[in-house]
Order: sequence, then structure tokens, then C-alpha cells
Amino acid sequence: MNKPKKPPGFRVVGTNPIRPDGLDKVTGRAVYGDDFKIAGMLHGHVLRSPHAHARIKSIDTRKALRLPGVRAIITGADFPKPSVPMVGMGEGGHFDMNDAADNVIAKKKVFYDGHVVAAVAADNPHLAEEAAALIEVKYEVLPPVMDVRSAMAPGAPVLHETFNPGAFFMKTIKVLPNASRLELGAGDIAKGFAEADVIVEREFTTETVHQGYIESHICTAQWDERGQVTIWTTTQGAFAIRDQVAIICALPMSHVRVVPLEIGGGFGGKDTAYIEPLAAMLAKKADRPVKVVMSRAESLRATGPSPGTYIKAKMGAKRDGTLVAADLSLAFEAGGFPGGPIAAGTLTSITRYNIPNVRLEGFDVLVNKPKMKPYRAPGATQSHFAVEQLLDELAEKIGMDPVDFRLKNVMKTGDRLILGFPSPPIGGAELLEAVKKHPHYKAPLKENQGRGMAFGFWFGAGLTSSAELSVNSDGTVQMCTASCDLSGTRLTLAMQAAEALGIDVDDVSPTVGDTHSVGYALQTVGSRTTFATGIAVIETAQKVLQEMACRAALLWETDAANINVENGIFTDRNNPAHKFNFKELADKLEHSGGPVSAQSTVTPERVGFQLAALLVDVEVDTETGKVDILRCTAFQDAGKAVHPDFVAGQVQGGVAQGLGWALNEEYWYDAKGHLCNASLLDYRMPTALDVPMIDVVILETPNPGHPYGVRGVGEVPIVPPAAAVAIAIHNAIGVRMDHLPMKPGCVLQKIKDQRAAAAA
Amino acid sequence: MSTKKRVAAKVNGDAVEFLCEPRQSLLEVLREVLSMTGTKEGCNDGNCGACSVIVDGTLVNSCCMLGVEIDGCEVQTVEGLSKNGRLHPLQKTFLEETGMQCGFCTPGFLMSSKALLDAHPDPNEHQIRHWLSGNLCRCTGYDKIVRAVKKAARMQEAEK
Repeated sequence: MNKPKKPPGFRVVGTNPIRPDGLDKVTGRAVYGDDFKIAGMLHGHVLRSPHAHARIKSIDTRKALRLPGVRAIITGADFPKPSVPMVGMGEGGHFDMNDAADNVIAKKKVFYDGHVVAAVAADNPHLAEEAAALIEVKYEVLPPVMDVRSAMAPGAPVLHETFNPGAFFMKTIKVLPNASRLELGAGDIAKGFAEADVIVEREFTTETVHQGYIESHICTAQWDERGQVTIWTTTQGAFAIRDQVAIICALPMSHVRVVPLEIGGGFGGKDTAYIEPLAAMLAKKADRPVKVVMSRAESLRATGPSPGTYIKAKMGAKRDGTLVAADLSLAFEAGGFPGGPIAAGTLTSITRYNIPNVRLEGFDVLVNKPKMKPYRAPGATQSHFAVEQLLDELAEKIGMDPVDFRLKNVMKTGDRLILGFPSPPIGGAELLEAVKKHPHYKAPLKENQGRGMAFGFWFGAGLTSSAELSVNSDGTVQMCTASCDLSGTRLTLAMQAAEALGIDVDDVSPTVGDTHSVGYALQTVGSRTTFATGIAVIETAQKVLQEMACRAALLWETDAANINVENGIFTDRNNPAHKFNFKELADKLEHSGGPVSAQSTVTPERVGFQLAALLVDVEVDTETGKVDILRCTAFQDAGKAVHPDFVAGQVQGGVAQGLGWALNEEYWYDAKGHLCNASLLDYRMPTALDVPMIDVVILETPNPGHPYGVRGVGEVPIVPPAAAVAIAIHNAIGVRMDHLPMKPGCVLQKIKDQRAAAAA
Repeated sequence: MSTKKRVAAKVNGDAVEFLCEPRQSLLEVLREVLSMTGTKEGCNDGNCGACSVIVDGTLVNSCCMLGVEIDGCEVQTVEGLSKNGRLHPLQKTFLEETGMQCGFCTPGFLMSSKALLDAHPDPNEHQIRHWLSGNLCRCTGYDKIVRAVKKAARMQEAEK
């Protein structure tokens, strides 16, 4: 068979069909974490530390166990010590499994408010909660350390006597009792600043924020008599959960089956095992299936938020607008265990620009908060908040249009990256030109209104994906992948299968498999599913076509090399009378060697970078400091938009999250390290009244690493908003913002300082 | 532990009778007692709207109402939106306009949108945003949800 030809145009890719799982979701039939039930199921409740930093002196469960209906109680003593040290978890980074196990349930010390101390299984959830309250834990309370600068200061309370620095993108090296460090550089920083005509330097702080998925973490575990456990859970990655449970509970991986249920949002926060090992151990001890549900407060207190930061940034440019130097020091919270997204934040901070002299320094800092996790383009929103504002200030001082300034310095295809290799094809200049040409860029504004523009970068991810396709005798196709569907990827993958096979998308039935039914895959993270799992699907489709071509050759009594396949039509080069469409040939498979199916596992390397820009108009109420978002236009390079409406949806969702980060969202800890706003009333995410319609402009600079040119799209839209809003506030009222969130109090303080300075 | 109470109500037009503890919320009754899991729990304290249902014509967060309170009431949930295999216009437009991503908040948004359209058959964008401001969606940024509700209003008008 010839290599299947890429269709001249696309038949399926680039259209907007309706998702096959949508009907279940609008009728309430879809089964999410808490919708799954099994007979005889008990309910778990987790007892959590009320202290941010303490030694566990003793745990007495006797009273709780005496309560009728209580079936099992577990503590850290019920868990083995993991024998596997550092483990790679895809975009989750590399981390020490001892830390992961300690994060699941504390052994000797608790490291944050909400850290698990014990768990109960009982006949109903209310009873389990009552029993948990009867467990007596004695603590030796230790002073907590709640921000990166205090944690790095001499004499700070020390969390861990020793620790293995984690590695998320890049290794860090322990340099302080609570911190590890990485450094990157290029050129000569002193020479760079000496050449600069204009230098700007500022410090920035940002608060801890949460992904805010609307469904919390929920799972159910059941054992069988062979000692195998099945876990039904809501997760971004069934295999990731399986691996963690197997290591933390000391089980062979083949003895853990993880069945992914529908997931009510993740954004990077749902691929760590928090409650799954607890449910498994409770179910084993109680000898009954156990469901564990995390409440909203638990999810805010004790899952994996995105780090608060302290960033010191200095940048210099020549009068003609050429950037010549950047010196950035970024300190990111790691939380109670090492391995936060510092490297990603550092590496993405300036990668979209060509700057000859650079020093980037990052610190991963232990503080008494939950272990930080990726949240949509992990680390990039924080570092862009600093860098994009400095660029705006440089452009202002030079007297250059801020888009022109960025255009002058933007990284282009082949430019050498700080990472040491040339940039793959990238459409940054095209994106910035699109911003300039858009009518929004020059639209009039009123008093106290301002417009901001920021430009964002994210790497994207490849990582391992698997797919299986089986051809039915009626020409329909079953498709199974291990990529959990957070937003419609069943459809975007089915579209790529249909495109490759030359059939209608309605003829492909996509499912998400469990860990016993489909090949290994890493999580749905890093904007990688439509890209990387898409490649697995296309490769598998090619294998199917190849096998089907062999069958056609068999039926036509010719050589497979003579079979041509195009758009699902099989023809014989030597006999024009020979022709099958996909369905006709599918019908003949059973009698020409049996049904056809194929499988692929891929780990694509050629990941397409992601770029986005945001234009945002704000109005500042100078009496209260409240900022209203008036208009948003988001620009993004999708490589090739498989389902343009879904791409726009990803962009709109990311922008809205970014606006929440910009204006409202933050973790509020008191001096003792208690989280004071663990509810959705006080952790204030944007509602429909807080955001306007979000216009989306999609550009397509194909990624040569994908057969159809696809880039991931999910992550980068969250990157520009915080910086763009800060710049818009500056353009509205003339103050420079240096803290996230830019809540009314902060803006009002800036206005007061400005008035005081003017009066002086 | 408290004694269970007998409650009689109508849910999506069907008469139901059940026993529930006075401490159980309507949300818990719907999901655990009546096994209607379409209504979702996102926060259990009235701040996310994922559990929105309509009780005697009024939009409520079912996590903030007790199960015993619906005695003699008529409750509408997402399970009752489609009739005889025919989708409600809102269900159609949420699909067509991609007014969802993970779909978890969708049942709540559908019920809030239905309450809105019952009260204001031709809402403007501000009315839509106002009526939906008790429902949190973290995936969509609301843009496509607002479009879906607008389109459903037009569709309902055309069907009249």
C-alpha cells in the first residue's frame, strides 16, 4: 500500500460537529466521581490537621472506633514506606515518592492546614464525619512559615531536615534550609545593562490561587479476593493515579485498576493521588468498597494550588527598542513539599523574545501551604505578570508603541532559545501584527478607562499517548484512548481518526479506557491531548488502513503495493473496476482474515509552542479602586484548529480564569497558617457578571510535528490576562501594579500613593 | 441520629414518596434517596449553583434546602428537561453553541437558564448574566453559555 495521502484540504478537521458525550452531559446521565455507586459501599471521611506546622505526638482512635457503624480507621502507620524513590509523572514533574506518600497522609509531621492525619470509613457520610471528630490527635505545634521571603530568611522555621529537590522541567539544587535553586544564563549581563539606554527594575508579589474546578475530588475503591483493587475516580490521568497508588500502597501496578469517570474540571489539579490511596486502604481494612468525597473546603485547603511568588525583575533596552538585558530572580512557593513549577515559570518568563544578555534565577521554596501543582501553563502567568509590565514600561520610556516594541524583539522561527536550541516554527510576529490590525486596538476609550496588551508563551507538551481503533463490520469504528476528556477531546480525537480513515466523524465512537483496557498514557495535561493523542490516533488509523489495503489486495488477488487508499476509498491501480469504499471493505473483513484493529503508543517530540495575546479594556473606579473588565479580544495560534469552537472555548475559559487571578482570587492565610477563605463565597472566582463576551481571533501557524499542524491550545490563554489588566490599569489611571490580585484595596492604595506623591 | 420523616412531592411531574432524615438536604435527597444524580454538588454551601433546581417555580440551590421542605412541592431537575426523547431547546443550544466543556456545571446552568426563560422569554445579555451569576463555570468563561441561552430563547419563541 502507498503511504496514505494527506487530503488536499481537510474534510473533518476545522469543522464544528457536536460532541458525542454531550447528550449525557445535558441530560444529567453522565457519571462523574460522586455519581458512581456500588452495593455495600461505605463512606469515608478524612481527618485533617488544624495546624499549619506541627509534630504528631499521638493519635487515639479508640473512641471513634466504638461508634456503631464505624468500619475502619486508618492513620499514617497503616501505610508502607515507598520503595521507589524519584518518579516521573509527565507534566507533574519528578518527585520523591516518600513526599508523595507523606502528602497523602502525614506520618510524623503535618506541613499545612488541612494535611491528612487519619481517615474513617462508616455506614454513611454523616456518621463518618462524627467519628472523625472523635479521633484524638496530640500535636506539638511548630511555628509556620507562610511566604517565600520569610522562608528564605535566616532563622526561618525549617520544614524538612533533608529533602530531595523536585524536578519539574528542570532540576533545582538545595541552597537553603527551605529552598532549592536553578539558574540559566546567556551573554554577559553586566555588558548588556551597560549597553542599555533605558533600564527598568521592579519587584512583584502574587498570591496563591486555586484551579477552581467545580467538581471536587471523589473516588471509590473496591478490592477483590486476589488482592487487586479497582478505583473509580475523577482524574486527568488514570495511569498517573494507578502508578501513585501502586507505589504508595506497595502493590504491583497490575493489581491496581483505575477507571476514570467523567471529570468536572481539572486544569492541572487532578492528576495527583490525594484520596485514592486513602480509599484503597480504608476499603482493604473494612473489607468493603469505600467512597471518599473531598468537600469544597478540603479541596481548597489540601489539594495543589498554584504558587504565590516574589519576583525581582530588571530589564534594559536601547533607544531604538532593542532589548539588550534581562535579570530575573523568581521565588515560587513549593508548598509543604519540594517540586513546584518554578522551572516552568523561569523558562517561560522571557522565551518569546530575543534578549542577548540574560540571567534567570529561580527558587523553589518550602512554605506551610499545600504542595503546589501545575495550574494551566504552570508558573507562566506569574512570571509574565512581571516581564510584560516591564516591557510596557520600557516601551513607554522609549516612546514606542508597545506592540511595535514587542515586534522588534519577538522570537521567530529558528531563533536560538535560552534553552539552547533553535525555535521550531512559530507565529509570534503574525500574532502581534493581528493585534495591531484589530479594530479593538485603536477603539476610543473614556475617562478612567485603559487598554492593556500582553503577550504570552507556553511550551506545550508531548509525552506518551495511546490509542486503539477497531473496525466494525458495518464500517463504523470504535476508538479507545487513555486520555481523560476534560473539555471535548473525545470529539477532537474522533475527528482526527475520521480525517485519517476517510470516514464521517459520526462513524467513530470514542471512549476513554481504564488502565486495564488500553495502552499506557500520561495525563491530560500540558495542552497535549488533541496534539499527542491525536498523533497516536492518526498513526493507528494508518495501521488500520494498511491492514485493510492488504485485505483488498487479497480479495482482488493482487499485491498490496497496488492498492491505493484515498479519503476512505480503496482502489486497484491495475484494475479500475476494483473499488471499495470504507464500509464495503469493512463488511468483507470477517471473511478475509477476521476483523481489523490496531493500536499505537507514541511519545511525540516535536511539540508546537503556544503563543497568545490579549487586548483588554478596563474601567477603574477611582473612589473604590474597583476594576471592571469592559472588553476582551484574545489572539491565539492554534497551529490548526481541529474544532474551532472548542479552541475559542479553551481561550475564553483561560482568559476568564486569568481575569479572576488578576482581580480577585487569592488564598488568605492568617498568621498561624490557617486558610481563612476555604469556600467559594470567599475564594472569589469570576461569575457571568464579572466578565464580558470574549472575542477570539484564531491564527494558524502549522506545527510540523503534527500531521495536521496541530498545536496544543488549552494553557497559554491564561498567561496574558493578569499582565494585560495591570497594563490597562496603568493606562487608565497612571499607576503601576505590582501585586496579584489587583483587588480594590490594592488599586485604591496605589491611587492614594499617587495623590500623596503629587501633593508632595 | 434522628428519626426519618415521610415526604410526598412531585419530581419532574411524577409523584414520589420517600423517607429522609431532617438533616438531609434536598440535594442529598435527590442524589442519594431518589438516585437522581443529574443534579451536582460543587460546594454544598450555596455558592456554585451546580445543584440548581426549580421548586414550585422558584430557582433554588438544592444544597441549601432541606429534603423535608419539599413536602407537597413540585420539583424540576435536569432529568425532567427532555420530554419523550426530545431535548429542551436549552439542551440543544448548549450542545450546538458548545456551552460546556467538562459539563459538570451544565445541569445547574440549564436549570437556572430555564428559570430565566420561564420568567423572561426574551432576555437581554445583562438579564442572562444576572440570572446565571449564581452559577459558577470554570471552563467556558461564560461567553458560549450566554450565546446558548440567547439562542434557546429565539428557538422557544419560534416554536410557539
